[in-house]
This record gives sequence, structure tokens and C-alpha cells, in this order.
Amino acid sequence: MTTDGGGATVGLFATCLVDLFRPSVGFAAVRLLEAAGCTVEVPAAQTCCGQPAYNSGDRRDAREIARQVIAAFEPYDYVVAPSGSCAGMIRIHYPGLFAADDPWRARAEALAARTHELIAFLVDVRGMTAVEAEFAGSVTYHDGCSGLRELNVRDQPRRLLRSVKGLELTELHDTEACCGFGGTFCVKYADISNAIVERKTAEIVETGAATVLAGDLGCLLNIAGKLHRQDRKIAARHVAEVLAGMTEAPPIGEPVET
Amino acid sequence: MDITSPAFKQNARRALDDAHLQEALGHVHAGFIDKRRKVYDALPEFEQLRDNARDIKNHTLAHLDLYLEAFEEKVRETGGEVHYAGTAADARDLVLGICQRVGARTVTKGKSMIAEEVGLNDHLEANGIEPVETDLGEYIIQIRGEAPSHIIAPAIHLTKDQVADGFRRAHTRLPPDRDLSDASSLLAEARAELRQRFLAADVGITGANFLVAETGTSVIVTNEGNGDLTQMLPRVHIVLTSIEKITPTLEDVSQIVRLLARSATGQDMAAYTTFSTGPRRAGDPDGPEEFHVVILDNGRSAMIGSELQDMLRCIRCGACMNHCPVYQEVGGHAYGWVYSGPMGAVLTPTLIGVDKAGHLPNASSFCGRCEAVCPMKIPLPKMMRHWREREFERHLSPATQRWGLGLWAFFARRPWLYHRATRLAMRVLGNMGARRGRFRRLPLAGGWTRHRDLPTPQGQTFQEMWAERRRRA
Repeated sequence: MTTDGGGATVGLFATCLVDLFRPSVGFAAVRLLEAAGCTVEVPAAQTCCGQPAYNSGDRRDAREIARQVIAAFEPYDYVVAPSGSCAGMIRIHYPGLFAADDPWRARAEALAARTHELIAFLVDVRGMTAVEAEFAGSVTYHDGCSGLRELNVRDQPRRLLRSVKGLELTELHDTEACCGFGGTFCVKYADISNAIVERKTAEIVETGAATVLAGDLGCLLNIAGKLHRQDRKIAARHVAEVLAGMTEAPPIGEPVET
Repeated sequence: MDITSPAFKQNARRALDDAHLQEALGHVHAGFIDKRRKVYDALPEFEQLRDNARDIKNHTLAHLDLYLEAFEEKVRETGGEVHYAGTAADARDLVLGICQRVGARTVTKGKSMIAEEVGLNDHLEANGIEPVETDLGEYIIQIRGEAPSHIIAPAIHLTKDQVADGFRRAHTRLPPDRDLSDASSLLAEARAELRQRFLAADVGITGANFLVAETGTSVIVTNEGNGDLTQMLPRVHIVLTSIEKITPTLEDVSQIVRLLARSATGQDMAAYTTFSTGPRRAGDPDGPEEFHVVILDNGRSAMIGSELQDMLRCIRCGACMNHCPVYQEVGGHAYGWVYSGPMGAVLTPTLIGVDKAGHLPNASSFCGRCEAVCPMKIPLPKMMRHWREREFERHLSPATQRWGLGLWAFFARRPWLYHRATRLAMRVLGNMGARRGRFRRLPLAGGWTRHRDLPTPQGQTFQEMWAERRRRA
């Protein structure tokens, strides 16, 4: 069921963290996009959205990477990323990297207009209202800051999660609180980042949920890493895995049982 | 005020280990965040007001010279005097000069961040004049010899016990075993102490939330009424303020003030919103005989037309720091100077130099909550990023970080090389960490593994697996 009438080609922006750490999220994204009637391709000339350079003050490298992304993804109807922060980088920040009279500015704006975070794309653009997945158990949801504030991703994952059979969603006390990842912030200011993620894990524990979900792998690696260090038996997954009904892979940070 | 911003990391570490501070900061969340949320939800036009407020200030900044002159003319017309202070030293000397001319011995002060910025209290004391803070939070830290840690709640870093302790040490004429276990007894004691000081003061110094060009009026917002007693009782009232506080009309002020208390403390209005125009007129029952406005620049006019101009819209409500996850963990003193939290992270490098204050705009996860709650819609993360860009240009960031970033960028810009290298690296890491599913320790990842485990990569990259899938199809 689609709102924009029929097939669309999607260039999947896998994101560097999904590419490196958890490809199963990428495949879950593909399944969801195909279920929404899209043809998915994964341009090989993608590495990263460039945020590490951009947020470190290195506009030049950010611009180089942006040009690379724009050129690779221009052929597609849509660019979709299983990450609010990467989608936000392309959609909100790419145009401003280029001077007003630079031809790349117009190209960046054109691409930005067609770039979406995965769940927001499924719900707002493709009109998805429910998924066919099952996931028994109590779950809580962490809203990644970029998706929340730059792209207004908030209701969409919740709407789809409500349709998952057997899933019980309990909200965190403060659904707008950062998890402390912040890209390089979490290693540059590790002690402060740690205090922030401890606050987040305390709230997760308070919900009584057995699993925490989020739409950004950076947040998830941070939260899962902290939960494990605290010996908490709470699982962490990307929300796409649950929505796609693809939870064969162990939760983040858990070994494959042999 | 001493600058310790270069030591931000050590300050932060100390703050994280300070049990009193952590207890005090724990109240910030419920106190400020939830209260603001309530009044935000209750006011349907909140977002419209934010747009209006931003537009009013932008317009003012585009014509600041005209409005400053209009303000000055009105102040003179109504019997007051305006003094321009280009630098902090100018401001100190102007205020001191007025105090000395009238033979002042004690001076009461409403809360003024500008006074902190220019180091007024020390200057007055060095010249034999005693400043008495009358805002309760400022009074508490004054008797403890501390600097403010929040722009509207200066003593927020203290617990009630610490306050009681300070009162016992400072108010030596009172019975030492008196009960100070609850807030109302502390309040009553402070009130009694300060009442005498209000009545004895020769000069009263306040800040200004707004300076109204239309009428030559200064506006202050307090919950305690201390501002009123500071400016009405003494013979001389000095408003110590800065150029960006100018607002064109009373109507404009009425729009912005609707956002101020709501954003700051979750009140619809502060208990007192006071408008002062000139000294006492014939027939007035009270009021000062002299009304002075000392207007400070200290680098602000240079911000106009720069990438930092939007910072001049700030109305000093404190919403940004109330909602900041970093401030919530380390408090205000860690920032090392007058202004803390997100607004401090932008303003401090502007006023004292990014070489000294470089850590501040970097110690942010860019969560954006500050910008989301700022009543004036100031793009705080964008300006922090601006400072990061200046530091990068000037090679102020640590060499290892620069080098690491350069290496990463080299690969990220060469997809073929990147894919080859990452495939290899993830295979190795995937194997190393397969048994446990995560690393407690990993060479070169100490920054991460100090506090968290690092989940093991699944062992193949997505690019690799996608290519395989396509080959099979």
C-alpha cells in the first residue's frame, strides 16, 4: 500500500555503523522497503555520511564526502537510511556545505528533499500503517536526537510497533533525553558521556522492558555497551529488525549461540 | 571572575565525583524540565511567540544603533543618564565613579550577569565599597565565596544543608544552635538579614532583562522582589547592562516576556516584573534621586554581522542549560566562567577567546535539545560547530584527534579502499570477539571501553554481504 502511486527506486544508505557492525539491520531495512513496494539498490560508492568530519569542524572533508554521496545517490527516487542522524546529515546539513552559487548546492538540495529516515519513509511516504511481524515481550523505545529534532521521527516507529503482535511498549520517563553517544563526543568526553548513558540505562531498567529498541545504531552500540558493562540482561536491537520480523541475529553485544 | 575554562575536563571530572553537586543537580530535571513542559503544553501560541520574539530581536539587531540612540534620548528626557562602556574595565570604572561621587559605602545588587562578567564586586571591594547581593541565590554564594553556577539559579549546585551551613558561619550574631532544617527558616533568616542591608544601601545596582527604546525604561524580572528594593530605596539606581538588551517598544517586551518565565522556571510570569523609567518625579512617594544606565559592549557589537549574531538574541532565561544533558551531569562551575551550559559554550569563546574556552563547544553531543527549548530560537549547536571549525582551522584541536580524523577521511573518500580495509578489519574483530559477543577491552578503543563494552561486529560488512547476494542472484 503506497501513497505515491506504485514502485519507487530506493538507494539504501546503509550507514557506516550498520555496514561495519550489524549488516542484519541493512537487510531488515531492505525487507521493509521491499514490502512497501520499493526496488532497493545499494550503491557501492558509499562509505559514510561525513558527520565525523562535519562535527569536528572539518568542512572540507565533509564536503568531499557529501559530493561522493550526492553523485552516488542522485539516480534514485529516494535515499533511505536506517538512521536519523545520517538521514539528517544529508537532508538538513548537506546543502549548507556548499556556497550559494556552487552547482553542488542545488544538487544537494534536490537530494535532500528525497532523503528520509527509514521508518518515517515507510509511514509518511509509503503510507505503511502496520507490519506483519511478531515479537513477544516488553519493549521500550529510545528516540535518537537527530531523528527526533531534525526530522520529526517520533510517532512513526511507535505506530508500527503497536502493530507488532505480542509486543508491549512502555515509554521511558524522559523520551527526549540524549543517550550520550554524540559521535566522537562519547570518546572525547568519555566521563561525561558515561554519566549521561548511565542516566539513560537507569530509565530503561525502570521501564521493566526486556528489550530496548532505537532507530540509530550509534545510540544502540552505546546503550547496549553500557547495559552489558552493568551486567544488565536487557537486549538491544534496531527497531527495523523487529518490524521486519528478522530477529534471528542475537541482540547487540550478545554472542551467536552455537 | 577567575577563568578555569581551559581545565574543563578536570572540572567536569571533579563535578561528576562531587556527591553534593550530583544530589543538587538531580533536582534540575523535575524542577525545570517538567515545569516548562507543563506551561508549554498549556499555551497554544507558544510556538508563534517564539517566532515573533526571534523576529523582534533580529529586527532590533539590524538597527541597533538607532534603537540605542532612541533609548538614550528617552532616558535623558526622563531625567536619567546613559553611559557607554566599551570594555569591562570601562564598565567597572564608570560604576565605581558614580558610587564614589555620591560617597557610597554599601551597594545592594540585584542579580546581574554583566556584573559577574566585568568583575564588579571585586573592584568595588578593592576600593572600599561593600557590595551586598540581594538575590537569595547570589547572597548564598557570596557568603560562601563562590561564583554563580547557573544564570538564573546561581546557587543551584548547593544542597539545603550546604546553605544552612553557610548561614551559620556568616550570621554570627544569631544563636548557633537554631533550627535551619527547612527552607522556610532559611528564607526567613535571609529576609531579615537582607532587609537591614536594603535600607542602609547608598546605591542600588540592577541588571536589565530589557531596555525599552520607546520609553527609556529598564525592565527586570525577579521572584523575590529584591530587584525592586534594590532600585527604589537607595539614592542612586545604576542599571548595569549590555547593548543587546535593547528592545524597541513596550509591546515588543510584552511578547518576549511571555516566554521568559515559562522557559526559565515554568511560571507563567515571574512574581515581579518591574518597569523603571528615570529617577523619582515630583510627587512620587519613593524612588531613587539618580537613574543611570551603564551599557556594556565588551565584544558584542563585533558579533553583529558575524556567524555569532544570533547569540545576541539571548534573553538569559537558562532553558538551554536546564535541558542540556551535559550541564545536567557537570553543573555550571565546570564551564569555568560566568556563562555555562549551551549558551555559555557559544558565548564564552566569543568573549574570552576560543583558545581559552575551546573545550566548551566541543563538550556537546549536539542533541539539539537546547535549540528546541530556546524561546528565541537560537541555533546553538550550529554556533558550537562554528567554534569547532575555527579551532580546526587554527589547529587548536589535539594532534592525535586531527591525525585520526585525517586518516579516517582518507579512507572514507576512497570507497574501494575503504571497503577492502573494513572487510578485513571486521573479519578480524568479528573473530576475536565472537565468543563473548563483545569486548571489555580493545587496543586503540580505550576511550570507549573505559566505561562500556564494545559489541562485536557481525564479521562481514553489509557491502560485502550485499555484493555476495547479488552475485548469487
